[in-house]
Amino acid sequence: MTTNEEDDVTTTPHDVNDARTAPARLTASSAADAGARGDAAPGKVVFEATDLSVFYGDFRAVREVTLDIRQHEIAAFIGPSGCGKSTVLRCFNRMNDVITGARVEGDLRYHGVDVYGPKVEPVEVRRRIGMVFQKPNPFPKSIFDNVAYGPRIAGTKNKAELTDIVERSLQQAALWDEVKDRLHKSALGLSGGQQQRLCIARAVAVDPEVLLMDEPCSALDPIATGRIEDLMEEIKTDYTIIIVTHNMQQAARVSDRCAFFTTEVSEVSDTRTGVLVEYDTTEKMFSNPSDERTENYVTGRFG
Amino acid sequence: MTATSLPAPDAPEDLASSDNGATVDEAFRRTALGAGLAILAILGLIAWASISKAWPAFSDQGLDFLTLDRWAPSQNVFGALSMVYGTFVVSTIALIASVPVSVGIALFTMEVAHRRLRSSIVFIIDLLAAVPSVVYGLWGVLFVAPSVAPWYNSISDTVDGWPVLGSLFGGGGGSGRGFLTAGIILALMITPIITSVTREVFATVPQGEKDAALALGATRWEMIRGAVLPHSFGGMVGATMLGLGRAMGETIAVALTIGSSYQITSSLFASGAAMPSTIALEWGESSGLHRSALIGLGVVLFIATIAVNSAARLIVTRTERRMRGA
Repeated sequence: MTTNEEDDVTTTPHDVNDARTAPARLTASSAADAGARGDAAPGKVVFEATDLSVFYGDFRAVREVTLDIRQHEIAAFIGPSGCGKSTVLRCFNRMNDVITGARVEGDLRYHGVDVYGPKVEPVEVRRRIGMVFQKPNPFPKSIFDNVAYGPRIAGTKNKAELTDIVERSLQQAALWDEVKDRLHKSALGLSGGQQQRLCIARAVAVDPEVLLMDEPCSALDPIATGRIEDLMEEIKTDYTIIIVTHNMQQAARVSDRCAFFTTEVSEVSDTRTGVLVEYDTTEKMFSNPSDERTENYVTGRFG
Repeated sequence: MTATSLPAPDAPEDLASSDNGATVDEAFRRTALGAGLAILAILGLIAWASISKAWPAFSDQGLDFLTLDRWAPSQNVFGALSMVYGTFVVSTIALIASVPVSVGIALFTMEVAHRRLRSSIVFIIDLLAAVPSVVYGLWGVLFVAPSVAPWYNSISDTVDGWPVLGSLFGGGGGSGRGFLTAGIILALMITPIITSVTREVFATVPQGEKDAALALGATRWEMIRGAVLPHSFGGMVGATMLGLGRAMGETIAVALTIGSSYQITSSLFASGAAMPSTIALEWGESSGLHRSALIGLGVVLFIATIAVNSAARLIVTRTERRMRGA
C-alpha cells in the first residue's frame, strides 16, 4: 500500500489522496473540479461514468454525472431527497430499463465495456452487479429457496452445490447461525434486519462483482443497521459496494469515497434536476470539501 | 388561542358528552349490519322458495332426480343426470380453453405491452364482457356451428376407432351444435372476467419482488414465473372460479349452441343439454311436476355453485398458507 507522505490519515489503505497523479481523468463536467472523478488513486477502476444523464420521458432527472468506482471500496451516494442518487445507482445494473420511458445518455463503462452498448444483455449485467433494495424484499418462499433463486436461474441444478452456495452466502451475510435450523421455513417469518441480510445473501449467492445498495438500512432499527454496516465492511474485500444513503453518519462510517448529489431547479421550467456536486474520499468530503454546497450539507445547514 | 375550545383538563366528565359523534357511529354500524343481514336473508328466501317449489319433483322422483339420465316430461320421468353432465362438460371445456388465454392476455397487458397498447387491449377485452349473451348465442348457432361442422366431421372420420381420441371426437361430427361448440362460445364469454380479475391480481404483486428477481439476473419470463405467478396463485384460482360460476350459470348462449338432447356421451361433438339451458327452453310449456322439476334443476345448480366456490376458497387458503411456509 502506498501512502503519500503529506497525506491526511485516510480511513482505509485504498485511499491514496492525490489528484495530481492522473490529470487525464479530469474531464470537464458540470460538477467538475479536481475531485470530480473522486480523485485518482491507483485502485482498479470498476465503473467509469462519463456525463451520465437519465431522462424520464422528456424530463431530465439527473444531469451529466461523471465518476469512477474503484474495486473493493465502498462508495456512498449522499444528498437530499429527489437528487437522483438512486436513479444513478439503478444505471449501474440497468434497472432503469424496467421503468417505462426511462432513458440513459452518456457513457458508462464496466471494466471498459459500455454497459449500454447495443450487444449488452441487461440480464448478464445484473448477474455481475447485484442489488439490495430499500425495503427488504424476500420472496414468499423458504429461506433456502430465496438464496438459491439466483443460482437456480443461472443454471445450477445440483442439490449439493446449491446447499453449499446457500450456506456460504448466508455465512457471508452473517445470517447462517440464526437460520441454519430453519432453512426451509418461510423467509417472511424473519425480522426486518434478518430479511435484509437474507436479501444480501441472495444477492451474493450469484457471486457478483459489485453490490448496489439502495438505502439498505432505512427500514431498519439502529441495531440491525449496525449489523449491516459491519457486514459491508467485512465483505468489501470480496466485492465492490455502492451504497445510497440518506444518513450522512452512515456514509461517514462505512464509505471510502463519497459522492454528494443535489438538485438544481431550472429557472425556465421549474423542473428539478439532480447533479453531482462533488466526489472525493469520504475523509475529505466530511472534513474539507471543496464545494460550499457539500460543506453546507454535511454540516447540516442544508437538506 | 384555541385553548377555549378544548375541555379544561380538570373536567374529565367532558369525555362522555361528545354530542353527535357516537350517534353517527352507531347509526352507521346499524346500517352496515342491516345491509349484511339483508344479503343473508335474501339468500335464505331464495333457497327456501326454490326448494319448496321443487319439493314435489324431489319427493316424486327421489334420488333418481340426480342419478337417472332419462328426462321425459311426457311420462313424468325426471332424471337430471344428463344435464348435470352437460353443465360439467361445457364448463370444463370453457375453462380449459379460457384460462390459459386469459392469463396470457393479463400477463401481456401487465408485464409486456407498452402503456398505450395496454389500455386499448384492456378496453377491447372489457368490451367483450359488455356483449349480451344472446348475441354470443346467435353468433354461435348461425355462424360458428355451420362453419365448424365440416371440421368436426372430418376430424371425427379420422379419429374414429382410435383409443381415447376416438371416444372423445369419434362417432360423427353432427351439426356443429354440441358440447364443444357451446364450450368454446362459453370460453369467449368468460375470458373478459378471468382476464380482468387476473390482471388486478397481477397488479398487486409487489414491485419489490419483481425488482428483486430482475436484479438477480432473471429474464422477464423467469421473473414472471418466480415472482408474479406464485404471488398470484390464489387470485388466479379465484378468477377461474368466478369464470366457472358464470359458465355454469350461462343460459341462453348454451341453450342455442348445445343442441338440446338428453344424453350422456363421451363424444364432445355430440349434442347435449345443460341445467340452465333446459330451464330456459322448457319453462314456457311446463306445468305441474315438470315445472317443479325445472325448479329442482335450479336448486341443483345453486348447490353446485356454492360447492365450487367453497372448494375454491379452500384451495386459495391452503395454497397461501403453504406459500407463506408457516
